[in-house]
Amino acid sequence: MIINHPLLGPRDSSEFVYLGDASLMNRPQWKGEEADLVKTEETIKQYHDYLYLRNNPAGEHQELWYHEQGDRSWLVVTRNTTTHNISQVQMAKDVALKTLREK
Amino acid sequence: MNQNFRISSANNSPLINRDKTMSFHFNGQIFKGHPGDTLASALLANGQKLVARSFKYHRPRGIFSAGSEEPNALMCLRKGAYQEPNVRATVAELFDGLEAFSQNHLGSLKHDLMAVNDLFSNFLTAGFYYKTFMWPKAFWEKFYEPIIRSSAGLGELSGDEDPDQYDKGFLHCDVLIIGAGPAGLAAALASAQAGSRVILADEDFEMGGRINSETFHIAKMHGSDWVKSTLAQLSSMQNVRLLKRTTVLGAYDHGIYSALERKTDHLTSSGNKPRQILWRIYSKRAILSAGATERPIAFANNDRPGIMLAGAVRSYANRWDVAAGQNVSIFTNNDDGWRTASDLVAKGVQVKTVVDTREIKPIADIPGAAIEMGAQVVDTQGRHALKSIQLSNGKQIRTDCLAVSGGWNPNVQLSCHHRGRPVWQEELLAFVAGGELPPGMIVAGAANGKLDLSSALSSGHNAARSISDELGHKGKIEACAIAEGESTNNSAFWFVKDKGKTKRSWLDFQNDVTTKDVRLAQQEGFVSVEHVKRYTTLGMATDQGKTCNVSAMAVMAENLGKTIPEIGTTIFRPPYTPVSIAAYAGRSRGKSFRPARLTPSHQWAKKAGAEFVETGTWLRAQWFTKEGENHWQESVNREVTQTRNSVGICDVSTLGKIDIQGKDAGEFLNRIYCNTLATLKVNMVRYGLMLREDGIAMDDGTTARLSDNHYLMTTTTANAVSVFRHLEFCRQCLWPDLDVHFISATEQFAQYAVAGPNSRKLLQKIVDPEFDISNEAFPFMGCRNITVAGGTPARLFRISFSGELAYEIAVATRYGNSLMEALIEAGEEFDVTSYGTEALGVMRIEKGHAAGNELTGQTTALNLGMGRMVSKKKDSIGNMLSERTAMNTDDSIRLVGFIPVDRTKVLNAGSHFVSKGRSVETKNDEGWMSSVTFSPSLNHSVGIGFIKNGHNRMGEIVLACNPLQGNLLEVEIVSSHFIDPKGERLRA
Repeated sequence: MIINHPLLGPRDSSEFVYLGDASLMNRPQWKGEEADLVKTEETIKQYHDYLYLRNNPAGEHQELWYHEQGDRSWLVVTRNTTTHNISQVQMAKDVALKTLREK
Repeated sequence: MNQNFRISSANNSPLINRDKTMSFHFNGQIFKGHPGDTLASALLANGQKLVARSFKYHRPRGIFSAGSEEPNALMCLRKGAYQEPNVRATVAELFDGLEAFSQNHLGSLKHDLMAVNDLFSNFLTAGFYYKTFMWPKAFWEKFYEPIIRSSAGLGELSGDEDPDQYDKGFLHCDVLIIGAGPAGLAAALASAQAGSRVILADEDFEMGGRINSETFHIAKMHGSDWVKSTLAQLSSMQNVRLLKRTTVLGAYDHGIYSALERKTDHLTSSGNKPRQILWRIYSKRAILSAGATERPIAFANNDRPGIMLAGAVRSYANRWDVAAGQNVSIFTNNDDGWRTASDLVAKGVQVKTVVDTREIKPIADIPGAAIEMGAQVVDTQGRHALKSIQLSNGKQIRTDCLAVSGGWNPNVQLSCHHRGRPVWQEELLAFVAGGELPPGMIVAGAANGKLDLSSALSSGHNAARSISDELGHKGKIEACAIAEGESTNNSAFWFVKDKGKTKRSWLDFQNDVTTKDVRLAQQEGFVSVEHVKRYTTLGMATDQGKTCNVSAMAVMAENLGKTIPEIGTTIFRPPYTPVSIAAYAGRSRGKSFRPARLTPSHQWAKKAGAEFVETGTWLRAQWFTKEGENHWQESVNREVTQTRNSVGICDVSTLGKIDIQGKDAGEFLNRIYCNTLATLKVNMVRYGLMLREDGIAMDDGTTARLSDNHYLMTTTTANAVSVFRHLEFCRQCLWPDLDVHFISATEQFAQYAVAGPNSRKLLQKIVDPEFDISNEAFPFMGCRNITVAGGTPARLFRISFSGELAYEIAVATRYGNSLMEALIEAGEEFDVTSYGTEALGVMRIEKGHAAGNELTGQTTALNLGMGRMVSKKKDSIGNMLSERTAMNTDDSIRLVGFIPVDRTKVLNAGSHFVSKGRSVETKNDEGWMSSVTFSPSLNHSVGIGFIKNGHNRMGEIVLACNPLQGNLLEVEIVSSHFIDPKGERLRA
């Protein structure tokens, strides 16, 4: 596969390390010390769901790729898992900053 | 042998160079050939009909085709370490001195003792293995399996290491053209003229495809002249790369194709050049112009030497000037078969009979030949070579070669590598590429059902034009070359019906699958084409059924009363033709299998007698053998004792070092480590434990604060890469607002542990005098930028893995070897020793430090006895999920020490613990021993490990069970700190 890196252009997928569903970027917000309502079951469940309940669709999937043999960027790659067609590649940091601003 | 079957006529082939004669050996006998020959054409020229034995029945077999589809003529080439089995003689280019051997026979090729299998053919039918080797069960290992193994496979490997080199490479182009027949050449010319970067790949050593085997004219010249001038034109263009002897093997994602170039296979010696190159080709577009493969008609005893594809017989006559027989007969269901007849006559070869299954009037007048319309070949005779054929009208005809044509199948394989299925075209009686093609691919020429020359040329040309338009390449494309059209009328006739159903008609020659086997499989309930394939092994040989698949589907369809498209095809997968493992390995063999990383003082260690061990990709000194030491244990004990008594030095350069800077660096580290790092004072070091998000321990190490915004983290050697990846994930994906950056500095610094009571005294001789490293000025867990040896910058850390008063000193990599020399020299008066990873391990176990054996990806901070380190006042990775109830029960496993009750006994790592009085069963398992060592300091075996509620069970005797080695040992639970439990030495 070829991943079109936003900064470096088309790169072979063998330069990358795959992580998985991009929802791993949506880590639950730390509630601060006041939440030492000591880790209610609910908070633990939030982290549990974040870590373990991820989508694995047959079709369009947003996933994380790391350019380890390159510039060390984490990328959010939108890839169709049945055709390997890649429709969008973004810098993960840009995506994360955007999410942060929208909060 | 003489080349009695080489034809000389007024129009000799330009592709055979008769000025030069080469000799080669076949089964030890000397044969002659010419440049331009394949091994197959040369064997035929010498009249060698019998060349192989079939896989299962050991039937005598001859050359069947003239291309890569060959099912029969598999041979072993070369000798000794260079020996290569299962080479298709039809694609093996002849060279002077070539040695070829037939395979798969016991005794000589002519008198194969295994031919007895043919008599038992009624038992060796479809599913033979499944039915026969089921019982008795005990027979499998000792009896059945050895027999099957010895008869499985065809050729044999030499067992020696392949002395040749194989390489890999990358190529880029706008248009990859697969196959250099008429369509491919027309496409290449048009694409190149448009200005595209073109790669034209063809598996043959002579480009031109079928044109080389025909007598057609193109652009008013002889076909082979047109090929020559087109190739001359292409090779003069800067934007064209011609890859002959190159098979495109597979179509992968995003326009990537793999191809194998046989670089020096055709030479007597590879001369230090790579034998083969496995190319990865990146293309924007691809044109599949791989041509078509002729299919035979199945009839009784259709596998005798001398029965060949009609197109191949024509190729041997036209391209190689070889007559496949002295009086040839033709069996056809289509017009193309007649061209073989007329071409043979033109070359002066006698054609005895033309048998056409169709009830139409003869297509042409074949001088000297009897014409049998509406007839079929129903049987054949001749054990080692064809002698005669029998027709459905009762005639028996003496003939030594039967050229069979059942029509042509487009080579659609590569168009299906993305799981697209070919579609049936009734007017062609063949599958053509259809459905979902690999993106960017166009199929042209015979591969797309354009079976006549004129439309093959234009379809290649037009494919190139449309691609040039898409790519915006606007160079002037000249008009497509014109050729005369030819008739390709065809009829649906697949196999001769055997009324008595007693004789065998072969479908798959290589795996010995007959029409009977297919019928039997279907009777036994294997109806789906995929099931029939696996049950009968039809199409599963090295030729992947190139000549038989479609005919077999016709047999299945007939049996089930269905149509061929209703039967459906099996899935085509790469590679298109077999590839040797060596080509896939490329240069990744032996020492080059993966890179070896050497530490900066590797040379010093080598001279000092180090034994090296691979840790990941690093080579580290494991121990140093001194004179008089005969066993590693002696060396390790000495290294430990010298270090604990005085001073030792260990190369710890392989530890991961990550330089972290930025105003939020402290906050970042707080979130990475479960313990607090932000409060660390400048010039101090702290131990940190890193968790995974699920609360399991991930890695540990020390972090030094070099200035307000500057930290240096160390990781374990094994996890250096994955920790760095994790940090980048956290920085970019989780906390992009933090102002922090880092870079790996692992290879920038050489670092040495200097440990032992005399370590300070030793260092004071090296460290420049303006730096005070006394205990008061430079306490435990301190760090400093210093200089050594008169001004060389260095970093000094007062940290200890051994439990002794110890330091780690780091200098730039290039000074590593010199620093090691200087340290050893300065230590002479203290009886200094260098120590390796074994002594390092012994001392860390004696001290009870966790390492890789303890951080297994299953253990939590609590298990490791560091539960209280997890700060609950801040966010950190893994903080929350380490709170889960199940991970915090009272009887959680804890890291503690173990000693054998009988001190003379040796502990085993991996032993499991069971309370005394309980039976040794999984349900009573309470934990495991993770690390053990002989402690030179205590003079007995010690271990650390995990046991339920261990911290509350000090002094208890439990059983350490090791059922694998059959031992059971009483051990006492003790503190894991065997040495200096109060840590007084560290702070001395």
